Parts: sequence; C-alpha cells; structure tokens
Amino acid sequence: MTAFLIRRLVQAVIVLIVTSVIVFTGVFAIGDPLEILLPADASMAEREQVAESLGLNDPLPVQYLGFVTDALQGNFGRSFVYNRPATEVILERLPATLELTFTALVISLVIGIPLGLWAGVRAGSATDETIMTGSILGFSLPNFWQGMMLIMIFSVTLGWLPSTGRGETGTILGIETSFATWDGLKHLLLPAINLALAQTALVIRLTRTGVQETMPLDFIKFARARGISSPRILFVHVMKNILIPIVTVIGIEFGSLVAFAVVTETIFAWPGIGKLIIDSINALDRPIIVSYILIVVTMFIVINFCVDALYSLLDPRIRVSAQ
Amino acid sequence: MSEAASYLRGQSLFARAIRGILQSPKATAALIVCLLLVAAAVFAPLLAPQNPYDLAQIDFFDSKLPPLSEGSTGITYWLGTDTQGRDMLSAMMYGLRTSLGVGLISGFFALAVGTSLGLVAAYSGGRLDSFIMRFVDLMLGFPTILVALMILVVFGQGTWKVILALVFVQWAYFARAVRAAALVESSRDYVEAARCLGLSAPRILFAQILPNCLPPLIVIATIQVASAIAAEATLSFLGIGLPITEPSLGLLIANGYQVLLAGVYWMSVFPGLLLLLLVFSINLVGDRLRETLNPRLVQ
Repeated sequence: MTAFLIRRLVQAVIVLIVTSVIVFTGVFAIGDPLEILLPADASMAEREQVAESLGLNDPLPVQYLGFVTDALQGNFGRSFVYNRPATEVILERLPATLELTFTALVISLVIGIPLGLWAGVRAGSATDETIMTGSILGFSLPNFWQGMMLIMIFSVTLGWLPSTGRGETGTILGIETSFATWDGLKHLLLPAINLALAQTALVIRLTRTGVQETMPLDFIKFARARGISSPRILFVHVMKNILIPIVTVIGIEFGSLVAFAVVTETIFAWPGIGKLIIDSINALDRPIIVSYILIVVTMFIVINFCVDALYSLLDPRIRVSAQ
Repeated sequence: MSEAASYLRGQSLFARAIRGILQSPKATAALIVCLLLVAAAVFAPLLAPQNPYDLAQIDFFDSKLPPLSEGSTGITYWLGTDTQGRDMLSAMMYGLRTSLGVGLISGFFALAVGTSLGLVAAYSGGRLDSFIMRFVDLMLGFPTILVALMILVVFGQGTWKVILALVFVQWAYFARAVRAAALVESSRDYVEAARCLGLSAPRILFAQILPNCLPPLIVIATIQVASAIAAEATLSFLGIGLPITEPSLGLLIANGYQVLLAGVYWMSVFPGLLLLLLVFSINLVGDRLRETLNPRLVQ
C-alpha cells in the first residue's frame, strides 16, 4: 500500500515538473508582453526599463529557475495586467468558480440520479428509451451554444433571469457567497444549469448502468423473497451499491466541471478563474496563464491521487494488479 | 436471430453493424441524417446558394437580414444573413465542411496513434506496457477541453495545431480499448500458431490481432469524432481554435453571439442547431453500434 502510494506520488511530481517546463517555455514563445503593456510610442529606453523590471531580458533557463524558486514559495510572479501577485488574483476568483461548479454538481445529482433509477428499473421500456435518448442529447448539446440559448430564452425573451455577472453576494459563516442573497441566486441559476447539463447526462447513464448491474444479483432476489417492498429495495439496497461508482466518478468529474467552467464563465461573464484564463490568454498575461495551468494541473493530480488511494483502499485487487 | 448466431454464421463486421443500425428506427434516422450532412458538406460548393468566401458574391448592404428575406440581387436568404451580408445557409454548409473535416482528420490520427500504441503495449508487456498505460491513465485523468486549451496556449493557434491538440487528447481512449481487446486476443491459439509460423511481430499485431479488435475501435471512433467536432467548436468559440479564414460552425456561433442580445438570433441559433444535429446523430449511431458490436453484450 505504502509503496503504491509513494510510486504514485513520484509520478505526480514528475508530471508537475514536466508541465511547468512545457508551459513556461511555450507561453514564453507565443508573444511579447511588452507589445501589450507599453503604449505604441514607447521609447527604446522605456522598453528596456520595463523588460528589465519584469526580468524579460534574462536567458530562459534563468527565468525558469527564478520562476520555480518563486513557485515553490507560492509566488508565481506578478500579473502584467493587474500588477498584483498572480496567485492572489487567481485565488481571489476561485470561490466564484467553486460556487458555480458545486451548484452544477448538486443540480446534476438531484436530476440525474432519479432519472437514472427510473430508466434502470424500466429498462427497455419507452420511458427508458426517452430518458436515454435525452441523455445522449444532453451531452451532444454544445455547452456554449446551450448557454447562449438559455440567455436568449430566459433573459432576452422572457426576462426572468439576469444573463451576466455574479450579482450581489452576502456572507454565510464568513464565506462570501451568492447563496446569501436572492439577487445572487438569480444570477447563479442560469450558469449553473448550463454547466450541469452534460454532467446530468453522465449521472443518468451511470445510475442506470448501476441499477441494471445490481438488479439481477442474488441479494436483491433474497430481499424480494423476504417480502421487502420494491421502493425500499431500490432506494436502500440498490442505492447503497451503486453510490460507490457514482461518488468516485463525480470526484473525478468535479475537476472537469472546473475545466468546463471556462466556457460557462465566458458566456455568462461569471467572474471566476475560467473567465480569467481566457481574458489572460487574450492579453498574453503570462504569469496568470502559467499559474492558472499549474494550479489546475496540481488540483487534478491531487484529485486523481486521492481517487487512486481511495480505490486501492476499497478494492485490494487494484493494489495487487499495480505491483 | 440472436447476435451470437450471426456471429457464428460468420457475418462480416460491417454487415453486423449495418444490420444493428437498421433494426433501430432511431439509429437508422440518425445514420440518414449523418449521411445527408456529410453529402451537404462534401458538395457544399455545388449546393450552396452562394460562395461565402467569394467577396464578389456578397453584398454588404444585405447584412443582418432575417430569415426568408430577399437580397438586393434577388437571391432568397432562407436562413438570413450575417453581419457581413453573407448568406447564413451557405456559410453553414461551408462551416460544416470545416467542422466535419477537422473532426474526421483528428479522429483518424487519434485512431492510428492510439491503436498502434495500444497494440504495442499489449504485445510487448513489461516496462513499455506499464509506461504507455501510465501515460494513458494520466491523459484520461485530465478533461479534454483543459488539455486542448493548454496545448493551444503553448503552441499557438491554427488548423493543424487544433487537430494536433485533438489527437493528443483523444488517442488515449483508443489505446486503452485496443490494449484491452488485444490482451484477450494475444492468448488465443491463432496468435500462438502465427508465432510458431515465424511471422514477424508487426505482422502478427496488425494483420492477425488488429482485425479482431475492430468492434470496440469502431464504436470509440464514432463517439470520438463527435466529441472532436464538439471540442473544436468549443475551442473556436473561445477564440483559441480555428483561424477566422476557415470559419467552422463554432466560429459562426461565436460571431452570432456578438449580436445575440441585439435580437439577431438567426446567426447563432441555426449554426448551433446544425452542430447539435451533427453531433447528436453521430452519437446516436455510435450508441447503437456500441449495443450491437460490444462483445460483452453479445449473448
């Protein structure tokens, strides 16, 4: 077990180092931040001065070493645009993204699990067929277009919900959140639905597969023989068994929700890290791009590592096969 | 007749796939839609009312006309015009060409790379196998859109770079499926016989084992083409995908987004519906293929 975890840990560190080198050199190559930061009529002396103060004149390896040293201390450099530490800018925006992804996750579970159970129990029926076709439609819908249609219908045509921004936030238990105000909730609803849709489709499929695999098992037959009611079998006995894969996949998928928030945040002008990265790519704000990628990659490595560790705890076969 | 029976009767893979689709009205309809869309894309230069790249055919004064308007030259704009005065229907047919092209090309290369690596991993075993499979696990652990975004940020934009990014994020799905199928096949007697005959490793891999791994590959290829098309559209929408000289459906929608709040709905609704129709019908066909060809489901 320990050997397995250590091996995974070493792999994680290697991935992180490789990513940092590739990203750093790549981002350095795509453009000259001076072009963006300075007015067009800046003199050579001014250019030199700014380049010097940003450390842009040093050779690449030196810049990279400085960057790694800083990064290890949690300092990813100052944003060219905001003129503040990049990490600070990103962390400040992180709660908005987490709030959005969390809400989307809850929506997908609340809608997805019951529909999946329903389809699984009625496997082969017209209901099942409709739900499953609906789920294929759900993940075929291009996320960004679906968001635009939500805006068009609910904001432009019906005027029910606001289309952009985060709205008013309040404080609950010391955390600033949209859940605290009615205005905040109204702003949160459309982006959360947009982000939740593909996820809901996935939850439906997972739940249905789980139900179908569990229903024919002996313990269900015994439960029936003992005269336990159908709803109780479904919601207690079957649910217990299908929740493990669902929870695992959702752990992994939480990360991809953060990634897909890039699209949702761009459409709904949601002030999270996804919109920040797109804005920063357009402005060639190098420190933000590099630190965003490293922070998100680290997040993924941590999530994947936890899932692996959890799995090998729950299922000894995985440990053995990885030897 | 059961699937197993047709399997025993030695029906070809292609025949089984087609028969499986034809048994389901939904999948049949989806396949017809797919074929029609491919035809529309291939013959776009012949079918489209206008060549959207030819500036001589575009009248700027016809810009932002709603659907069914008549243009200054007497042409009917069935789906309206964009901000430049281009016929939306024509722009969409050319956009479909780009979207489908990018999806198919990247799907093909992902298939080639993933299959080769998966076969090598399964056949060689040992360190090489675990190295390739760790890499696959790593790739599958990251969401497509994030990796593609990172690649495009690092290497810059352009059609081939988008294709490269899509191949890079998709090959792992093929590699995993092929390896799993090939591992089962490698232990079969015919592979043993081929080895005894002294056939070379590449020949055993590609001529003997590969044909027996095709069913899961076909299913994954179908679904991956759909997801490549959707991913390309998303990247283009975010402004880091295809260049504006070759507008794909994603880029057309992005243009429409700029004027959506001004009430010019047709510039984003129609290309979006077309994209949805394309991805949805490919996915429906893929889903049916999975049901028909998946050996686990063959009773």
